Amino acid sequence: MKELTVKMNSQASEEQLLYANILEKGMLIGLVMMFVTFALYVFGIMPAAIPVTEIANYWSQPVHEYLVAINDNFLHQEHLVTGWSWLSLIRKGDFLNFVPIAILSGVTIICYLRIVPGLFKRGDKAYAIMALAEAVILALAASGLLAVGH
Amino acid sequence: MKQSLFPKYLYLINNGEEAVMSKKMFRKLGEVYAVLVCALTLNPVWALASEASASAPVPVDSDMAWWAWPLILLVVTFFMGIVAVLGGVGGGVLYVPIISGFFPFHLDFVRGTGLLVALSGALAAGPGLLKMNMASLRLAIPVALIASTMAIVGAMVGLALPTNIVQTLLGATILGIVVIMFTAKKSAIPEVKQADPLSSALRICGIYHEASSGQDINWCVHRTPLGLVTFILIGFMAGMFGLGAGWANVPVLNLMMGAPLKISVATSKFLLSITDTSAAWIYLNKGCVIPMMVVPSLIGIMLGSFVGVRILKVAKPTFIRWMVIGILAFAGIKALTKGLGIDLF
Repeated sequence: MKELTVKMNSQASEEQLLYANILEKGMLIGLVMMFVTFALYVFGIMPAAIPVTEIANYWSQPVHEYLVAINDNFLHQEHLVTGWSWLSLIRKGDFLNFVPIAILSGVTIICYLRIVPGLFKRGDKAYAIMALAEAVILALAASGLLAVGH
Repeated sequence: MKQSLFPKYLYLINNGEEAVMSKKMFRKLGEVYAVLVCALTLNPVWALASEASASAPVPVDSDMAWWAWPLILLVVTFFMGIVAVLGGVGGGVLYVPIISGFFPFHLDFVRGTGLLVALSGALAAGPGLLKMNMASLRLAIPVALIASTMAIVGAMVGLALPTNIVQTLLGATILGIVVIMFTAKKSAIPEVKQADPLSSALRICGIYHEASSGQDINWCVHRTPLGLVTFILIGFMAGMFGLGAGWANVPVLNLMMGAPLKISVATSKFLLSITDTSAAWIYLNKGCVIPMMVVPSLIGIMLGSFVGVRILKVAKPTFIRWMVIGILAFAGIKALTKGLGIDLF
């Protein structure tokens, strides 16, 4: 088995820099998109599924009641908008805002997946397996399979 | 900009008194918290507290323009961002109790937004901290694996429990955080006589350059198994309440595991980008995210943080720390009374 060596100096490791660079790009893309999509929504450039004048009537309710109410009054979808079903409403200004939120929430998964090959290559199997496991756990959370209700 | 500003924040924290919190202190805090939670959950008042009263005691004023609440949210989170930087706490720990206590938004949406607030702050700071080698990926990966898994469990439990129970536990937790902030000491470079076998096997160690002394500091950690077990609870609470977990990460990394304070603060900040991501997905998939709440909150916190970093140069840290403790105590009592259905203020 190839012996693992860890360079001890004050510089960040190769994986750490790779992770940081991907995180930085994802964060910048997500934040810029968040400003743009919110402007499109709030200034009425893209029509909203739930009018901006109405949303305040619903946000004090528990999430399930909120979802039922907006679906009955505005969306008229077969199922409540949970999981990734917001993608079907992406042409509406309010739901377009979920794209940058998903980018900000998802960039960490890409960071982890990207460092795994390097860790395996260097023989750092424990960290490679942990990074892979983390990516799987985050992907599982992102999948929507774990959503539960009141 | 964040690369040049963050070290000042770290430097300020580093000015704290150097002392190591003993295991006894952690045990005592745990006992106090457990007693507090039991007393609250078993209290007869609990039976009288209806979920409805905990849901929305702040009435929605129908005469207000649609943009009023987002604007108020923007202004409040702006000041919150300033206070968070000056007080050395994350935005999430201030956001959730204050916004859930005094705004008309339901706790479900406040928790979802709180996680995104903490996540954004961590994403903004994370890359710079990693590049400077202040945040340690080798320290973060095992810890994050446990914390993020438990954050998912916490989020699922938090969303399954009645609102008044979550609100009451949130109040108890915030008051617990006040106790921790009140009593916890910091140790710039804790003495680690010998790295434990697990951290040695995982090679959790490193060198960082201490700018104030111009020295390269070798560091390693001990009590790794105990630290990892503690992150089970921290991750669970972060997911359940939508709080960033910096208030707990730093003491555990620094005082329990013996990582230098700067490494602990930076790694904790980076850790939030992983822990909060997992819980944020649960809230997002459950529908607990309203863009009209999220975006003004993020903009407010970010702008406030930028201003806060500038004020940091002239602010008196002791006063700010007491102010944050006072705000959190007030918000914690509010959350507690709201959860118990008591209209105290």
